[in-house]
Amino acid sequence: MIRLTALNRKLLRDLWQMKAQALAIAMVVASGVAMFVMYLSTFSSLRATQQSYYEQQRFADVFASLRRAPLSLAADVAAIPGVSAVEARVVANVTLDLEGMVEPATGRLVSIPATRRPRVDDLFVRRGRWIEPGRSDEVLASEAFVIAHGLAPGDHVRAVINGRLRRLTIVGVALSPEFIYSIRPGELIPDDRRFGIFWMEREALASAFDMEGGFNDLVLDLAPGTSSEAVVERLDRLLEPYGGLGAIPRALQLSHWTVENELAQLQSFGFLLPLIFLTVAAFILNVALTRALALQRPQIAALKALGYSNRELGWHYLKWALAIGAIGVAIGVLGGAGLGSTLIDLYNQYFRFPVLLFRVPAGVVAGATALTLVAAGLGAIGAVLRAVRIPPAEAMRPEPPSGYRRGAIETRFVARRLGTAGRMVLRNVSRHPLRAAASIFGISFAVAILMIGFVFSQAIERLILTQFWDAERQDVTVNFVEPRSERARYELARLPGVIAVEPQRTVPVRMHAGHHERYLAVTGVPDTQRLKRIVDREGRPTELPPSGLVLSKILAQVLDIRPGDTVTLDVLEGHRPVRTMIVTGVVDDIMGLSAYMNAGALHDVMRESDVVSGALLVVDAAEEERLSRELKALPAVAGVGFKRAVLRNFRDVMAANMNLSIGINLLFASIIAFGVVYNAARVSLSERSRELASLRVLGFTRGEISLILLGELAVLTLASLPAGALFGYMLAALIVGSIESEVYRFPLYVSTQAVAQSFLGIVGAATVSGLLVRRRLDQLDLVAVLKIRE
Amino acid sequence: MRYSAIGRYPMPTLFDIRDLSKVYRMGEVEVHALRNVTLTLDEGTFVCLLGPSGSGKSTLLNIVGGLDVPTSGQVVYRTEDLTHADEAALTAYRRRHVGFVFQFYNLIPSLTALENVALVTEIVDAPMPPEEALRLVQLQERLHHFPAQMSGGEQQRVAIARAIAKRPAVLLCDEPTGALDISTGIVVLEALARVNAELGTTTVVITHNAAIASMAHRVIRLADGRVVAVEQRTERLSPRELVW
Repeated sequence: MIRLTALNRKLLRDLWQMKAQALAIAMVVASGVAMFVMYLSTFSSLRATQQSYYEQQRFADVFASLRRAPLSLAADVAAIPGVSAVEARVVANVTLDLEGMVEPATGRLVSIPATRRPRVDDLFVRRGRWIEPGRSDEVLASEAFVIAHGLAPGDHVRAVINGRLRRLTIVGVALSPEFIYSIRPGELIPDDRRFGIFWMEREALASAFDMEGGFNDLVLDLAPGTSSEAVVERLDRLLEPYGGLGAIPRALQLSHWTVENELAQLQSFGFLLPLIFLTVAAFILNVALTRALALQRPQIAALKALGYSNRELGWHYLKWALAIGAIGVAIGVLGGAGLGSTLIDLYNQYFRFPVLLFRVPAGVVAGATALTLVAAGLGAIGAVLRAVRIPPAEAMRPEPPSGYRRGAIETRFVARRLGTAGRMVLRNVSRHPLRAAASIFGISFAVAILMIGFVFSQAIERLILTQFWDAERQDVTVNFVEPRSERARYELARLPGVIAVEPQRTVPVRMHAGHHERYLAVTGVPDTQRLKRIVDREGRPTELPPSGLVLSKILAQVLDIRPGDTVTLDVLEGHRPVRTMIVTGVVDDIMGLSAYMNAGALHDVMRESDVVSGALLVVDAAEEERLSRELKALPAVAGVGFKRAVLRNFRDVMAANMNLSIGINLLFASIIAFGVVYNAARVSLSERSRELASLRVLGFTRGEISLILLGELAVLTLASLPAGALFGYMLAALIVGSIESEVYRFPLYVSTQAVAQSFLGIVGAATVSGLLVRRRLDQLDLVAVLKIRE
Repeated sequence: MRYSAIGRYPMPTLFDIRDLSKVYRMGEVEVHALRNVTLTLDEGTFVCLLGPSGSGKSTLLNIVGGLDVPTSGQVVYRTEDLTHADEAALTAYRRRHVGFVFQFYNLIPSLTALENVALVTEIVDAPMPPEEALRLVQLQERLHHFPAQMSGGEQQRVAIARAIAKRPAVLLCDEPTGALDISTGIVVLEALARVNAELGTTTVVITHNAAIASMAHRVIRLADGRVVAVEQRTERLSPRELVW
């Protein structure tokens, strides 16, 4: 058994005495620690998994696609200095015809060698086997797709490959580091039902797409220490004559980029949010400890008289704070581990890894502990030093009566309106302005955190409204395999249920300005925007100038361009013209990288008259099933998107995501609000129980004295609401800014509804804690309280 | 032996106090708590400081005990000048040499009697065992009681046990019976007398109860911050004989 010194025994018993308060503070600490552990452990689990996966499956360093090149070119690519391995592949998107699914799904076919494993981007085979040589119908299917459809090795899927309906046999279920995160072209979030990857034998795929002896896709591994920039540059030059669409380094590959973006977010949230919680905890710890130490004044005097030094007493009282912090760490680490494994489950739905397990690294726990102890120490040190530094002879005397004054706001007019109870409330609040500020600060953070949850769920609705109703008013989007003559629109118009057709022309380009460049598609916009409209973040349509380019805000930022500047377009299609164009406008939209120009002007650039690369349709909902069947069979169609299906998937995925984060925010905001209000109430009660008991003796009712105590809390809570709304807005802006990316942006839309909901939540939490303290007020022992010596 | 020796032979001086003054500033008024006090306290004596409230008794005791510093003048403990000692030196002085007993006991409410005494024995060299200190004040039956479970007299005796457990050179008691009724007060005074007699601890007791003066070797009367009379007594009463 460990022998405790008398002073340490005092510590434990004093803490036990204030257990409810200590627990309330510890819970705020625990919230911060839980977030720290949740985010950073998830970060480290994800990072470790990603790295070992990349290494084992030899994830590519450079990616390139092109129209068609002879296989012999692969040897030239392999000869580029620094290239250690090359895999030349055939990749094609096809329409899938799945039983029980009305809307067509898209399949991406990727060629693999039948006789060996790929040298770059090898597959992880979860179930089944590798394809056999000469079996043109055998495929390995991506795990996400297989799970979404309940398929297994031995099952079949039908695909329209180059105009012919082919039956593919799934022989294995696989994962690839290239498709940890995969989305259907043109969509915002993954839809495993409507998008699948299929790996099949090179020869079979090549013959179906006229790629015999050729390839249209390259993946390269580089020797360690090689700059991918130099390789990309040489590769681009090499592929140029073969319709190269621009090589990209790993950093810009969609799946990798998404995982990296997520990792960066986890890391920044993992520091930012816990810091907020620990700051609040430090504040309330300071308030609670200041009061507790005021009560300890006679004991401090006695201990000093006994010969305890300031240092010993300072350490003793600092340990109070550290002990509370340590309890918070213990609860927080457990809670964070639980939440983290829930978060990992969510990631397992988005990201496909062979195994993604949740682990809490010792370093994260050590970091959380260190951060907490520092915060607790900083919160406590002021209160402790103040208490311990009082000269012993002065500590011996009772604390001087508090110097009350009429507050500045307490004019004669206000005073008359307030009545005695109101005046007491007002004077108490204004007597401890710093303490009141600390409480207001804490509660307003609770408001802010709660608000974030509501703001984001409404931002998603806003995003849906802007993207799916204001910007894209079509019901169906059709993309062609190759650009076609505009006559195709009449063919589409004849299909069942089609009410209107708007042809669409998009052209792949490399856009550069100075030393910045990006690959993207320029969209041609007709003179009158009917179905597809260019809208800003608020959903307001924007007119397109007759000439020049309009860029999305993110693209303008990436290229460092303002209206009036010029950019150069290297068109990656047709006769591959190179044009320098003036940017005539920037639209503050929700999309990532996009560029628009007048459709006629785009045709001029391409030296074509009426070519379309896709079409937007308005259709009769009753005919959707028939239309879908016919679209699936059209060989010219590479992909079809039904808005209803896209939207349903969007809502499903976002709902799961949002419910989790709103739930977490609600929990943590309640803990903060409860912790802060409860502490403020307990401190007031402790300071004023004598005074309140005296009032009871004078004949005041319980209700009247409750009013004085709870009135103070109500004033603090109400005062923190506007500050909280402001904090919430700032925090939302910070988070929106941090998740803004080249893929999409979030509208920053703070509705009155979100503000009202968070106010209501916090007032609720404050009321509960106020009522808990009120119960103690009801149990006030009048005689005993009056006997307490101050 | 020592008890009878007092008064017959000169005892070594424990405290040499010269020209001691203390001025407090209370808002805008200056309060002269002590004005040029000069006196000596001898080793082993039982001294009673008498005087009405505000006469400077507590201020004098606090300065002698190293809890406060004078505005001017000098206090020498044995050979150590307390006037110029810093905070650390005063803490060390209190820790090694001084035992305090207060009017309101100032026990730590969250610690038992034994633990309150251990609070001291844990931080000094060669203390007496806490149990022994409590036996000296006849509380051997109450070792594991918390302050709230004891009477006022018992609490004050715990405070005395806590003060003497370090074997201090001086025991300073500020109104030790001030909060007690007569019979409990007498039990507490008996404990003080026994400590003085058996351990030879110099004991200074502040009181405004003149009856207590009858058990002292020396009685110092203060009024308005000055020493107005010093009485050396040869006839001493035991606490039981005191007339309140």
